Amino acid sequence: MNMIRLSLRLLLRDWRAGELHILTLALIIAVSSVATVSFFSDRVQKALVLESNQLLGGDLLVTSDAPLSPGYAEHARKIGLRTTRLIKFPSMISVDDKNLLTSIKAISRGYPLRGELKLVDPPTEGGAVQHTRIAEGIPKPGTAWVDEKVMMALNVTLGDRIEVGATELTVMSVVKSEPDHTVGFVSMNPRLLMNEKDLPATRLIQPGSRINYQLLVAGEDGQVAEFRRWISERLSPGERAEGIQDARPEIRSALDRAGKFLSLAALASVVVAAAAMALAIRRFIQRHLDGCAVMRCLGATESTLLCLYSLYFVMLGSIASLLGCVFAVLAQEFLSYWLQQLLGIVLPLPSVLPFVQGILTGMLLLLGFALPPLLNLRQVPALRVIRRDLDLANLHSLAGYGFGLVMLSILFVWKAGSFNLGVMIMLGFLLAVILFGLFGLLLIRLFLLTRPQGSGPWSYGLANIRRRAIPSLVQATALGLGFMALLTLTLTRGDLMEDWHARLPENAPNRFLVNVQPDQQEKLMKFFDEHAIPRPKIFPMVRGRLLKINDRPVNLDDFPDPRAKQLINREFNLSWMDTLQPDNEIVAGRWWQGKTASSDHELSMEAGFAETLGLKMNDHLTFYAGGKEFSATITSLRTVDWDTFHVNFFAVVRPGALDGYPASYITSFYLPPDKLPIMQELIHLFPNFLVIDVASVIERVQSMIEQVTRAIEFVFLFTLLAGFAVMYAAIASTQDERIYEAAIFRTLGARKQQLIRAWAVEFAVLGALAGFFSAAGASILGYLIGKYALHISYSPSPWIGVTGVLVSVIGVTVIGLLGTRATLSLPPLLVLRK
Amino acid sequence: MANQHPAEQSVSACASNQPIIQVSHLTREVDTGEIRLTILQDINFQVDAGESIAVVGASGSGKSTLLGLLAGLDVPTRGTVFLDGTDIFKLDEDERAGLRGRLLGFMFQSFQLLPSLTALENVMLPLELSGADNTYAHDIAQSWLVRVGLEKRIRHYPRQLSGGEQQRVAIARAFVTHPKMLFADEPTGNLDAATGAQIIDLMFTINREQGTTLVLVTHDEKLSARCSRVIKLVAGRAAD
Repeated sequence: MNMIRLSLRLLLRDWRAGELHILTLALIIAVSSVATVSFFSDRVQKALVLESNQLLGGDLLVTSDAPLSPGYAEHARKIGLRTTRLIKFPSMISVDDKNLLTSIKAISRGYPLRGELKLVDPPTEGGAVQHTRIAEGIPKPGTAWVDEKVMMALNVTLGDRIEVGATELTVMSVVKSEPDHTVGFVSMNPRLLMNEKDLPATRLIQPGSRINYQLLVAGEDGQVAEFRRWISERLSPGERAEGIQDARPEIRSALDRAGKFLSLAALASVVVAAAAMALAIRRFIQRHLDGCAVMRCLGATESTLLCLYSLYFVMLGSIASLLGCVFAVLAQEFLSYWLQQLLGIVLPLPSVLPFVQGILTGMLLLLGFALPPLLNLRQVPALRVIRRDLDLANLHSLAGYGFGLVMLSILFVWKAGSFNLGVMIMLGFLLAVILFGLFGLLLIRLFLLTRPQGSGPWSYGLANIRRRAIPSLVQATALGLGFMALLTLTLTRGDLMEDWHARLPENAPNRFLVNVQPDQQEKLMKFFDEHAIPRPKIFPMVRGRLLKINDRPVNLDDFPDPRAKQLINREFNLSWMDTLQPDNEIVAGRWWQGKTASSDHELSMEAGFAETLGLKMNDHLTFYAGGKEFSATITSLRTVDWDTFHVNFFAVVRPGALDGYPASYITSFYLPPDKLPIMQELIHLFPNFLVIDVASVIERVQSMIEQVTRAIEFVFLFTLLAGFAVMYAAIASTQDERIYEAAIFRTLGARKQQLIRAWAVEFAVLGALAGFFSAAGASILGYLIGKYALHISYSPSPWIGVTGVLVSVIGVTVIGLLGTRATLSLPPLLVLRK
Repeated sequence: MANQHPAEQSVSACASNQPIIQVSHLTREVDTGEIRLTILQDINFQVDAGESIAVVGASGSGKSTLLGLLAGLDVPTRGTVFLDGTDIFKLDEDERAGLRGRLLGFMFQSFQLLPSLTALENVMLPLELSGADNTYAHDIAQSWLVRVGLEKRIRHYPRQLSGGEQQRVAIARAFVTHPKMLFADEPTGNLDAATGAQIIDLMFTINREQGTTLVLVTHDEKLSARCSRVIKLVAGRAAD
């Protein structure tokens, strides 16, 4: 038998008869909202990565202390990536008899691959406005570009010649900022950029010189990823390949959170869509029960029915999902265009993945919620054609929705991009469904017990809910879940924004002062007072090399991880403090109380650092500092929020433990832009200070977060709108029974106004129930997501409950009444005939 | 006709011909949790091909249950039903469905037309389910609708048809597969007297033309009188 054709015919007939409009509409809206959010998030995320890659100067950076194999760049170019080489090293440069230790960067054609190299007019005595412009190309051979520190320290002007090793270069431009300048704090020296071609003439590249060889690559995501895979299998010891996310923790966490939030938005749209789907399919099944019973009488076997309707839903799902995706493509294109017009943000083109995801989402949702009732549908007792009273309760069994929930959880894990987040949200929703169901059942039972007196709209409305206890419960639960998803998103969004602003406030520290001597502390603080800059917190620091772990001498060969090798090779900055910094959190052991040091010194280690080095609680470490040994035992592990730009240390000991070791101090403070000139005074007063300027990093990060924020607001608003559209379809899909009853009531003489009031009560109660469910659920879910997924603090708000319930009551009532009102003008007989 | 043992009587009366319906010791009990209700008890009868029998009785006497069992829509607690020589309860549910498709036509009190299908499509459905060619199904269904006087209502949906018209569609649907037996459950129950009479006339006429065996469940005495035989149910037992 040609099942496909018959099934297609049934589908077309149902469509023509108007049976499928609401289900299809719900599916199309659901798929298009999910896909639009995915498309848009995809593009926003790509834009953010691209933007953040500017901080690296490319998409991937390969770096080494030895010359890199030319094969790397060749391979990169072969697979279509752009490349450029950099060689960085510190060296003295001089003009006349003045010398200056400078970070030299020899660059080659193409630099930078991402971001911009900015030049500025030379500094003037009068402090005239400086014009910044974007560099075209790189310094020509024989010339150099330097930064203002070089200009000032060596007192040079444009056109002057500077000795760099064995050669001389002419200063042609002043560098304002380099995109990759912000990676790592090593780049604190004055800077000089020169053409790579001049490098041999300097004769500075000698065996034993501290040279950093870099290869930057940029190109399409896929190519970069492919190159990353390729090269990571070939890296020699001492070579590293890193993207921006490896290099800058604050960017990584910003991107991470933004990504998770966008996933959440997509998840929320999935939940709303699923709620709508569950309701719409319920209606479909109810309307097709009799038809199936009749077909059974007419000789259709169970498998025939199952096959017919499976094909039917696959076809319906494919068509609706495809349409939804097409809408999504248009919608996200419109959104991006709007965003571009509004904020001047140009988004990269989306990948095809969201399209595929959209279609699969539609199919999973439809089949997830349709198949279980379908499996029951084929078992519809044919006897139903004769005996209308046959029990059909099992058709709406929880098991049926259970299958839908399993499908949903697959979608969740997939959409969340993280198994944990997906499973957590899934369990949350599952628990919510159960709790909503139980609580709702209890409430409805209570309604059943208390028979309201009188005959006002209240008693009619409540009677309606009583009479349709189970459908009302299903509807309230589904709506509650939908609202809960939207509300959770609202809560999380607020927390995320707050958190970001709290992390990087306007006055986040933008200057670090290193190498402050003990006797300079007081003078420095006075300097701050004089210039009305709040006294920053200052931290002691003793530099030491790690000698032994648990009395075993440290051997580099014990650390296969190149990063661990690097850390071991460096001098540690040991500090002491009596209280834990606010952006630190103890994850193992405990922080010390009081100031007295015991005989065995206590040490608190940063958790990630300890993990890299394989250090554990109670490990005994011996350092070599200031000409003598110093030992301490790890008594606590801490996590540190590196993205706050506060001074932080990997290793901290109890105050007093390092008394007698040579210490210098480090501090960070916020320098307002209008106080820029005091820096010269500061350098003059304290020539030994090392000043690290992170203003440009912070600016970059802030502007990125600003963009993330806008993008997220945008996605959020869209998800809300789409959510309400889906909800509308969902409520509309449950109107049949009401319409039918209304016809009976009207036949019995009820006036329109009476019915509208009764319905208003019914919808308001449903809305209140859903609103209550959603507010309670969202508060808990918001807390969990904030704590475990986004790692931000959750601020509970009593308003969310009030707002949730109010919005839900008003929304459901208005949408419900809009959906039913029209039928009031139909003659009752017409409705009853249906 | 008085028949305490209708089965035996029929067997002796039609010994030469195999009966098209043979019901033996048919019993249907329902567990309601605490008590066991007997809805039908030890029903025995036979129907010969071409015969028309009426099953009558008060509401709740078990008429519809009997019809459901005869059509294999339900399974008995005990007893057998042979349709055209097949013991239908030896078949599984799917095989019974297939048998229904081949042998039976149905008419219901509430018409049971699919609301999303037009009159024509409703009539085409049994043919389509049996795998018939679309054009063939279309032509046959159309001719049946003409036969029941609905040539002008072919593309109408059930909700656009009157009750009488809907039942005519049901007649067309019931006969479109040339069934050997027609099971009708209160076919005039939802119709006014005049329309009901027209429908019954039409049904009996076509039934005669097609030589179909008719099992008619009704509580209408006049209607039952038009059948060749009456089985009266009282509280689940065959009376008279």
